[in-house]
Amino acid sequence: MESAPVIEPGHTFGTVTEKISAIVLTRPATNGWFVGFGVAFMLTMMMLFSIGYLFLKGTGIWGVTIPVGWGFAIVNFVWWIGIGHAGTLISAILLLLRQSWRNSINRFAEAMTLFAVSAAGVFPLIHVGRPWLAYWLFPIPNTMGVWPQFRSPLMWDVFAVSTYATISALFWFIGLIPDLATLRDRTDNKALKIIYGMLSFGWRGSARHWHRYETAYLLLAGLATPLVLSVHTVVSFDFAVGIVPGWHTTIFPPYFVAGAIYSGFAMVLMLSIPIRKIYGLEGFITERHLQNSAKVMLATGLIVGYGYMIEGFMGWYGGDRYDAFTLWNRLHGPYAFEYWLLLICNLFIPQVLWIRKLRTSPVALFIISGVILVGMWLERFVIVVMSLHRDFLTSSWGMYYPTRWDWMTYIGTIGMFFAFMFLFLRVLPAISIFEMRTLLPEAEVKE
Amino acid sequence: MAKRDLIYGLMAEFDSATALVEAARKTSHAGYKKIDAYSPFPIEGLAEEVGFHHDEVPLVVLIGGILGGSLGYAMQYWMSAVDYPLNIGGKPYHSWPSFIVITFEMTILFAGISAVFGMLALNGLPMPYHPVFNVPRFSSASKDRFFLIVFSSDTKYDPAGTRTFFESLNPRSISEVPS
Repeated sequence: MESAPVIEPGHTFGTVTEKISAIVLTRPATNGWFVGFGVAFMLTMMMLFSIGYLFLKGTGIWGVTIPVGWGFAIVNFVWWIGIGHAGTLISAILLLLRQSWRNSINRFAEAMTLFAVSAAGVFPLIHVGRPWLAYWLFPIPNTMGVWPQFRSPLMWDVFAVSTYATISALFWFIGLIPDLATLRDRTDNKALKIIYGMLSFGWRGSARHWHRYETAYLLLAGLATPLVLSVHTVVSFDFAVGIVPGWHTTIFPPYFVAGAIYSGFAMVLMLSIPIRKIYGLEGFITERHLQNSAKVMLATGLIVGYGYMIEGFMGWYGGDRYDAFTLWNRLHGPYAFEYWLLLICNLFIPQVLWIRKLRTSPVALFIISGVILVGMWLERFVIVVMSLHRDFLTSSWGMYYPTRWDWMTYIGTIGMFFAFMFLFLRVLPAISIFEMRTLLPEAEVKE
Repeated sequence: MAKRDLIYGLMAEFDSATALVEAARKTSHAGYKKIDAYSPFPIEGLAEEVGFHHDEVPLVVLIGGILGGSLGYAMQYWMSAVDYPLNIGGKPYHSWPSFIVITFEMTILFAGISAVFGMLALNGLPMPYHPVFNVPRFSSASKDRFFLIVFSSDTKYDPAGTRTFFESLNPRSISEVPS
């Protein structure tokens, strides 16, 4: 069977340009947009409120305690960072692999990366307890004469995540430059012309500029590829370097990276399915994109499933009684419900993606993506909370219960993510216009 | 001569990428040296046709990467082994395996920043004003039109002669670019 095209036939340079730039330039903001943005904005306010209260009272308002000192903050941090990874995978790795179908989803996937990293960044900052001293994490000369401790994976994480945020922002921005020039030339509004003109740096599409631009873009993709793999590897080191049973395993880096891409593609689908419908972009984000994303989810989901199996197997085969107990505790302990739910969400339900019909059905994919996002959040909950709550000494066992502040902060970051996304859709082209032009048959130079 | 300085160049407009590449080739074969082409998306091989052969971006990125990696490692060595030696679990002060991750991240950070800012600097951007924007039709260069320019600084440039030459390329339009 022929697979669906990456771009609907019949489009020209002009129609592609008009259709994508019209979303920003001429389409009025609908009531639906205002309602969506309004809800997301209110949730953002809720996040700021709960963070404000946290600063006033301290981390005692959260459920974290001993032995579970890493609660929601770390669970959410890892979840958000993981979601961000699909954006880089789409924009960098698929570019290197010459998967040109990525051209219509890379822009908003990169935006998703940026906003997910922003949401992730909230948590380490606020869970340090004294956030006004968070700058101690950076090697800044200070009157105490001390430096950060570079032998700790937590320090590696500071460098990995801040590098990742910087490179993602740069990658996204240079991708936007030619499109900002397009918006500058399309708008009739004088003020917008100046704003887009300034943001586009005066891009004029010179052949020399394009050449350097493409070189820089390709090199950035080449740099971002090992970077994205390193970021979640380093995040997994935060756990794997510790000796807590359930954390101290060598499977963590690949298993974390696969999980990150798994949840990230689920978020890409959750965003692209409504966006293509609402803005009539089915001609650009076609069935082919949905199906390819579903295949990536299926593959990474199986890697994650392999990770669960190895964890289980090593718990039994490794002969370490604490590891064996961790396995038993997952299956039968007080958090067994969460563990089984995780297996259902991440391992069993996504297997329906083997069915072609479901891989091409937007509604089914939307629901499955939601299930996967819940599952991946539960995975981090299982890793963080279940490993800590019962470790070596029975006398130091305990339970962790999130408080309303934990939930408000978490849901608030989801609101912030969507608020950013809503604004992005209104002010910047959600699909890379110039890369879409290169996909058209007329872009080919005939000798 | 005085009149020539008021003109930045002569610009021809084309309908397709193929036409532009062909026109650029013919123009450089005709002996014009100072030419440039503008397109709404990158076209493979077009830069070579207008006489661009040395892309310096990779070198800038290489230097940035080497600098970042060396700085990253040197920073950790100096801070952990020289300025503030701290005994962590009996590990050596210069515990190089622990320093690899940050060295790697700093390499990527500096290389990435060099790629972006190096590309912009070499392209002479930001440059919000440029004479080519004086041509009203040029606004389609970011949509669906392709342009070729011969700068008036070219020794072979001659207002009438160049226009006649451009006409032989069958362009959609020809405009003079005021400077």
